[in-house]
Amino acid sequence: MGIRSLISLIRRNKERIAKHLFALSASAAIAAVGLICVFLFMQGLPAMWDIGIFNFLTGTDWQPDWTPPRFGILPMIVGSLYVTAGAILFGVPTGIFAAVFMAKFCPAPLYKILKPAINLLAGIPSVVYGYFGMVVLVPFVRENFGGNGNSILTASILLGMMILPTIITISESAIRAVPGEIYDGAVALGASHEHATFRVILPAAKSGVMASVILGIGRAVGETMAVRMVAGNQAVLRMPHEFIRGVRTLTANIVLELGYAYPGDHRPALIATGVVLFVFVMLINTLFAILKKKEGV
Amino acid sequence: MEKVSKFSLKDVNLWYSDFQALKNINMEIPANFITAFIGPSGCGKSTLIKSLNRMNDLIEGCRITGDILLDNESIHGNIDVNMLRKRVGMVFQKPNPFPMSVFDNVAYGPRTHGIKSKFRLNEIVEKSLCDAAIWDEVKDRLKKSALSLSGGQQQRLCIARALSVQPDVLLMDEPTSALDPISTAKIEELVIKLKDSYTIVIVTHNMQQATRISDRTGFFLLGELVEYGKTERIFSVPKDKRCEDYITGRFG
Repeated sequence: MGIRSLISLIRRNKERIAKHLFALSASAAIAAVGLICVFLFMQGLPAMWDIGIFNFLTGTDWQPDWTPPRFGILPMIVGSLYVTAGAILFGVPTGIFAAVFMAKFCPAPLYKILKPAINLLAGIPSVVYGYFGMVVLVPFVRENFGGNGNSILTASILLGMMILPTIITISESAIRAVPGEIYDGAVALGASHEHATFRVILPAAKSGVMASVILGIGRAVGETMAVRMVAGNQAVLRMPHEFIRGVRTLTANIVLELGYAYPGDHRPALIATGVVLFVFVMLINTLFAILKKKEGV
Repeated sequence: MEKVSKFSLKDVNLWYSDFQALKNINMEIPANFITAFIGPSGCGKSTLIKSLNRMNDLIEGCRITGDILLDNESIHGNIDVNMLRKRVGMVFQKPNPFPMSVFDNVAYGPRTHGIKSKFRLNEIVEKSLCDAAIWDEVKDRLKKSALSLSGGQQQRLCIARALSVQPDVLLMDEPTSALDPISTAKIEELVIKLKDSYTIVIVTHNMQQATRISDRTGFFLLGELVEYGKTERIFSVPKDKRCEDYITGRFG
């Protein structure tokens, strides 16, 4: 078959080829998720079983080099919860107010600077955030709050910054999606711009704003590099008032030790940590899907 | 008998950037009357009604000269625009209930203006819904989303919402154009009833509607008020040829 007839064959079957190509690409994505799922659970679940699910999830000692080793990940679960909650505390109000400002108050010339800046914020690699955290936030926390600076608080502030672009971008479009007639209706009743924005427009954009928060939480839970650079990483169960002390998250636990895992249950235990993380993320995504459904998008 | 003027318009000209949408409008809108604005699309009638509560302020590049007096006081002078809009309520072409409960929709206005007492709010909501002839249909679903109501019900809810802040004037910008005939009839009936307590200005594309409900009619064309007078007179013996052509259906 000559090259020319091959080209004409492709031309004639363009639509069909394209269709199969798209189907293939889509299945690749599904296969990737499926494979991750299968291998994670295959390698992680037996370890969990071996250690004992209860011991694994509620144990407060993570001591892989002891004999016998201890694999309790409660400190890390709690650690992840702390820094995520902290990120919500710092990032969510800031992000929502920023989104309201961008959608309803920002003068056009300022918007032209602000919007690309926020997009840029979304594109900065997390190791750069981590570096910023090390050289700016860690000393800041050390000097103002005490401790050595590598702490729950530092990681929370940094994560709060990192989830800003997600929250701002999605909330802003949700606010912009509220029909203008709704705003007009409020203003026509004698409501001020601020009142109409905060009492009518923002509530009307509620589900979109919630979605942005959940996606932000997803990012905070999964963030690894930046967190491990500023969080201190001690596998110790902390109480909330110890926010200026270090903590280790689930993600940090994996990345810190996977490279030199001891023989035996250590490596599977780290993978099982990934399973727990995976379940967290799945819960968050399910929540997101439910909200979207409620919204009817 | 000459009626008291609610609105007096003096040489009102209005531009959207370079486009002049209203040209030298002079008119008196009497209190407790229903005044209808008719005319083909783009004739300026909606623009004019939006000038009466300064909703045009929200449109960029909108410029207005001349003066509009409400109870002999300029609405462009030393006046709080939010207070103006409280006095001059508005119902829009497309029902625009807030995506919240029926109760909260009606309570929004009073809350905005500082009423916090639950008892007072309940009272206002019930009275407004009664006045808008929708109380019986929604009294058992006050906590339900306003978006679950039918289009006609939503529009009456919007009327109730406008009434909740006790305005003097009700501006209605084609309030029935998105509704079926039965809902339209209900709203027309309601508007006639409301005339006793409110001055009503209504923009309509529907000339039968103007004859059915209005006392005064203004015919607009290309930004000009071509003819203005008693509704029966306008529709029986129009003076201007263009007005006659329009109402007899020769154009528009």
